[in-house]
Order: sequence, then structure tokens, then C-alpha cells
Amino acid sequence: MPTNILMPALSPTMEQGKLAKWLKKEGDKIKSGDILAEIETDKATMEVEAVDEGVLAKILIADGTENVAVNTPIAIIANEGEDVGAAASSQASAPTPKAAVVAAPAELAAPAIVTHSQASGSQAPASPEIPEGTQMVTTTVREALRDAMAEEMRRDGDVFVIGEEVAEYQGAYKVTQGLLQEFGARRVIDTPITEHGFAGLGVGAAFAGLKPIIEFMTFNFSMQAIDHIVNSAAKTLYMSGGQMGSPVVFRGPNGAAARVGAQHSQDFAAWYSSVPGLKVVSPYTAADAKGLLKAAIRDPNPVVFLENEILYGQTFDVPVMDDFIVPIGKARIHREGRDVTFVTWSIGMTYAIKAAAELEKEGIDVEIIDLRTIRPMDTDAIIRSVMKTGRCVTIEEGYPQSGVGAEIVARIMERAFDYLDAPVIRITGKDVPMPYAANLEKLALPNVGEVVAAAKAVLYRS
Amino acid sequence: MAATRTSARSAGSAKAGAKPAVKAAAKPARGGQNGLQFTPEQELEAYKMMLLIRRFEEKSGQMYGMGLIGGFCHLYIGQEAVVVGMQMSAKEGDAVITGYRDHGHMLACGMDPKGVMAELTGRRGGLSKGKGGSMHMFSKEKHFYGGHGIVGAQVALGTGLAFANAYRGNDNVSMTYFGDGAANQGQVYESFNMAQLWKLPVVYIIENNRYAMGTSVSRASAQQDFSKRGLSFNIPGEQVDGMDVRAVKAAAEHAIKWCRDGNGPYILEMQTYRYRGHSMSDPAKYRTKEEVQRVRDENDPIELVRARILKGKMASEDDLKQIDAGVRAIVAEAAEFATNDPEPDPSELWTDILV
Repeated sequence: MPTNILMPALSPTMEQGKLAKWLKKEGDKIKSGDILAEIETDKATMEVEAVDEGVLAKILIADGTENVAVNTPIAIIANEGEDVGAAASSQASAPTPKAAVVAAPAELAAPAIVTHSQASGSQAPASPEIPEGTQMVTTTVREALRDAMAEEMRRDGDVFVIGEEVAEYQGAYKVTQGLLQEFGARRVIDTPITEHGFAGLGVGAAFAGLKPIIEFMTFNFSMQAIDHIVNSAAKTLYMSGGQMGSPVVFRGPNGAAARVGAQHSQDFAAWYSSVPGLKVVSPYTAADAKGLLKAAIRDPNPVVFLENEILYGQTFDVPVMDDFIVPIGKARIHREGRDVTFVTWSIGMTYAIKAAAELEKEGIDVEIIDLRTIRPMDTDAIIRSVMKTGRCVTIEEGYPQSGVGAEIVARIMERAFDYLDAPVIRITGKDVPMPYAANLEKLALPNVGEVVAAAKAVLYRS
Repeated sequence: MAATRTSARSAGSAKAGAKPAVKAAAKPARGGQNGLQFTPEQELEAYKMMLLIRRFEEKSGQMYGMGLIGGFCHLYIGQEAVVVGMQMSAKEGDAVITGYRDHGHMLACGMDPKGVMAELTGRRGGLSKGKGGSMHMFSKEKHFYGGHGIVGAQVALGTGLAFANAYRGNDNVSMTYFGDGAANQGQVYESFNMAQLWKLPVVYIIENNRYAMGTSVSRASAQQDFSKRGLSFNIPGEQVDGMDVRAVKAAAEHAIKWCRDGNGPYILEMQTYRYRGHSMSDPAKYRTKEEVQRVRDENDPIELVRARILKGKMASEDDLKQIDAGVRAIVAEAAEFATNDPEPDPSELWTDILV
């Protein structure tokens, strides 16, 4: 009986991909192990290998087709001389995928969600960094980060990128794509798997005046290197009486991705933001990712730059400007409102935006503050908003105890206690290691329903 | 060879093993036997600098006892020949980085004794304005990159200094000092790997003073020949008599040239000895007084030079007394400054956190 070959999922978070190229044509004999086609995600190009034997009876999705959803039948394999009509007509029965994926990506499979997430951004006041009438270009967060690095590397020969798979592999998450080609192996440096070592090496180079961008494949691995981030990078300026600093950027994806389990799903915003001598940045939009990363690279202080894997593929408008810099330490009011303040950043913004849209239907007007920088925190922006609304919900994916939300609550209590009409509610990741099972993982993370409920609770509405 | 090669003792038998067995080792040889002779000027230069470190450290110990120096204070007494011999081979621009036993390194790099001592006492005239302390001092001007309190951290950082030199294409070398204890940290081998992979100009100087705090090398290290610690990375290494400043300088010349010529890293195991405790609060239960005394009597790095100077009539007893008096005056001046200099202004609490 003919079998369908389905569009395979190449990573835990992949929902669609491009069928880049067929390597077999209709009528070709196929045996197990043959490479049938190349599939491209925004992260990598991978090969689809045949599992079954037979003849490639029919190609259903042509070369170059974009946005092919996972599990879509892409071809039919039949036994020799067999009629393929049966398979084609039985697509609805969704047979199990009969193709295996070879050439696994980096240690972590990367997501390739390419959803457009600018909903409700229309109410956002223009960012003060962007002059009115500036031309905008649609850019993914991933591209924005890459552009920021490339621009700064063109500008300053002391800037270099170092980390695992940043050069020849083009970045485990494709963030450093093309940098090796433009800047060469002297400035785009693949390291062995040696976080403690290369973080220390980078900080030493920064002592000597270079400006390293140290990529952690994910921030989970920065725990191997945390001594150099905290003890070597953050404290040297103070311990040297101001003589010697560490102009270094530690960057990479932070927090939960999708279905990667407890050791690969941790949010470090609270950890690093508790350390004097560090700046901690965590953008949401592509424009902020670009402008803040450029600012971080130029900053003479060590900056921990927390990206988010889920956001890498999301697109936003980025201003076309010669030198677009977003200042570190300034929050952005994403949406003005009068009833309740949401304070969040990075992926937390996705919950806040959706919740605000739902609440709007019930006549609740939400103000969303995108913190952008966790340290130094723009407390004034939070306080101003809370004084206006009298109510606040914080949203983060990190753990509740000693989280960034706890810090925000303390600051509000210290400076705007009398303006509060209700106790602040923190929406956080649950106080558990990240589970693997899909349903449990969903429960462990914040969700829009929780944010909506919290907003109503601080408004005493049900 | 010297008493720096004490035999392994079983744990808990420190007193019983009063007489350390001394192995006759074929290498490392004394500098003189290696053919490196110092000129009279070099002998006197080495003598003066080693004496400065010795007297400075003795004074530090004294001031610690008086409560003028707080916290941790790790003295370099006994190891002077290592840093002095190494620095005699360095050129302007070469970087130095070390761990927490760093007073000697700073003096050998030419940093002001007053500034070092005032840092030990936590005063505003200290090299870090009183905010670093004994373990955390730096001098951009003298290319001294600390002073690091976390054992082994300086090895990765020092490799980064070498990376910067390679990146810039200059011929400066990074002199990265660490002890036999730090040599067991994982990041040391991460650094070795990258240094050799990228041919970074770094001399790894392992100051093997026989004890990581109170744990003897034999109780902590599976491979006690530290010059071989780079073997699996193809990093050449050699053992050096770290009590003989001539041997140190000879090895330094060779190692530094190796690095400067673009051959990658080099390891020097300096066999030396620490007379004083690990820090001021060391109970000294892990070794005998006799062991320490024996090294002092037979292998003191300063006495070795002094004897050579007198034997070779490079200077008279009176000349040496004058040098001694001069060194004592420098140290006395540093101590006085460090005692009378005011503490940092309270406003300094909030400065230098960010640029």
C-alpha cells in the first residue's frame, strides 16, 4: 500500500518549514536511508531520509514551498507498479510519519515559530529613540541581534564574538549567521565546549581592553561559568578602585524553550540582576533587541543580555537608522492604560499583550510596561504607572521566590504604598523544576488566563 | 635537589614524619649548573628585590598581628625567587596575573610598596582605594591584572590576556601564576586546551610550594609532576628549582621566548616552599617545624644569592648591610604610610560599581 511522507518536525517547537529542495524525483527508486529532500527552518537546513523502500510515486509539495505545516503529506512512496491513488485519497487518516530526520541540530533543537506577534502594539506610543517618520523594516529578533553585532563589529575592531558553534555552524540558533563570512575566524571564534574556560578567557581579554561578546548556547550553561560572570567580571572595577573594568557582553537564549526539560529551562533574570556591577537586559521586540544589544556592546560594564528562544523567530518593525541605540535602564510603555499596570519583559510580554486584549473586551484598560532592562531597573517608570492605576500585576516565567516580581513588589511598597488600591499580584513560573510532559510544562509556565484573573483580582472584579 | 621534594606522608602523622625524606633528583638543576651565571648587577638586583619582598611580608605579618591588616593575608615568604626570576626576564608590556598570594608579584612588577601596604590596611591610598584588600589589587600601568581570590580563576583570565595579545598581533606574553592547589581546578585544563589550540602566548607558572592550604601535594595530586600537566594538550613543560633565582630566570627566558615566537603556551613548574602558613590563621598542624627549618637552612633563596655575592666578592658585607638598611627603610615608610593614611571616605562605598 502506498504511504505518505509527512513534513517532519525538526525541533520541539517547529510548526512549519520550507521544503527547500527535492533530491529525488518522481519515479525514482527509493531505498531506506536515501536522502529525499532538504527542509529549511529559520534555524537550519536538514535532510529528510527515507525509511521505507519503494518508488517515489508522487511529490505533493513542490521545491521552494514555504510555511509547510508539520505533518502535511509531502510525497507518496509506492511499491513498484502500485497505484498511488489510494494513498493520496487516504491523507485524512494521517498515517505516522515515515521519514526520519538526519543531521541533528546543535545540542538543543531550536524552535522555528514564525508567528506574527505585534497584536495590540498599535496603541504603543512611539519609542522616544525613534524619530517620527522613520522607515521601518520587518525583522525577526534573531536577525536584529545579528545585525546589532555586525554593525558594532564594523564600527569597532576590538569587538569579537566567541562561543560554541558561533562561527562555522552559523550559531546554534542561527543568531550569528553570516558573521564568520564577514569578519573571519579571528573575530568570530568557535570554542570547545568549555563555558567556564571561555567565559574566563573572555573576561581576561576584556581586562586587556577588548570587547568580547560571549555567547552561551543557552544561559543554562552559564552556570558553569557563573564564577567568572559574578566574581571576575562584575566585581573587578570595584576591587581595583576603578582602574580596571570588564567591557563584556554575555548573551544567549534564557529561560524555557519548549519541552527541553528542567536543566534546559531556567530563567536567570533574578539571579544575575541581584549582582551589583552587572547590567541585565532582556528585550522583547526586535527593535529593542537590536538597539539594546548595540548599547550593551558599547557599554564599558559587563552586561548580561538575556534573549528568548521562542522570540527569536518572531517579527517586529525595526527602524532603519544609521545608528539605532536603545538606552539601557529605560522601560518602554508598550500600551497606555488607566485601570491596571502590567510589569513584564521578554517572553512575559506575550502573556501581557494577549491578556490586555481580552481584558479590553470587558472594558478594562491595561497599561503594559516592558521593563527591557532588569538591572538597573527603571523603577520610576513603574512607580509613575502604579500611581496612575493604583493596581499592578507582574509577569515573569522565572521562579516565584526571590524573583524579579518580588523585587518589583518591594519597590512599589517602598515608594507607592499609599497609591495602591489592592495588593500587587505576581504571576510567575511555578515553584517546580520544569517538567517534560507537554501538559505539565504548560501548567508550570504562566498563562494568559492567570494574568487575566490576576488583573480582575486586583480590580476586585470577577 | 632540595627539601622541596618531601616524601608522601600518611595523613595524620605530621609529627611522626618529622624528618622528610629527600629524594635526589636529577632535575631540575641549579641555575649555575645549567650554565646560567648572573652578572654581579643581576645578582644584586635579584637580592634586593627578594629582600624587599621578604621584609615587606615580614612587616605585613607583624601588622596583621597588631590588627592593622584584616581578613585574609597570604604571605610569599620562601617563594621570592620565583616571581623575581620570572620578572627579570619579562619586558614592558608583558602581563602578570596571579592568585591571592600576590604581594610579591606586585612588588616585583614595580608597584609602589606604600600603595600595596595601604591596601592591606584598607586605606584610601591603597592601590584599590582600600576596596580590594590583600587579594585584590591591580595596576593597569604595570600590566598587573590581579590579585584573584578564587583559586584557579586567574588561569582562564590570564589565558584571556594572552588571547588579547594574539588578537592584537603584538609580541607580549601573559605570565599566569598559580599554585599546586589551583592546578587541580577544572578550568585550568579548559584554559590549557584553548591556549594550545589557538597558540596563545601564555607562560603558566605553577608555584608548587608543596601545600594547597594544608593538603600536601602527595595527598591531593595524582600526577605530582606538574610540568606534565599539559602533556595531553601537547604543552611543553619543565620542572625548575624555584629556590634558585638563576634557574628561574634561565627557565623564564626559554619559556617566554617560546611564547613570544608564536609557539603557544609553556608550563613551568616552580618547585618552591612556603615558610609561613597558608594564611595568618594557619594552625601549621600538617607539617613539622623541622621540615620548614630545613628548607630555611639549606635552600633559602635569598641566602643562596647572598652567599654567592660574598663568595664572588661582588659586594662586601657592609654593602649588603646598606642594601638591607635601604630595603628596611622602604618597608618602614610603607608601613608608616599604611598606618597613618585615612580610611576611604564613606562615599567610596558607592563608587566604582559601574563605569
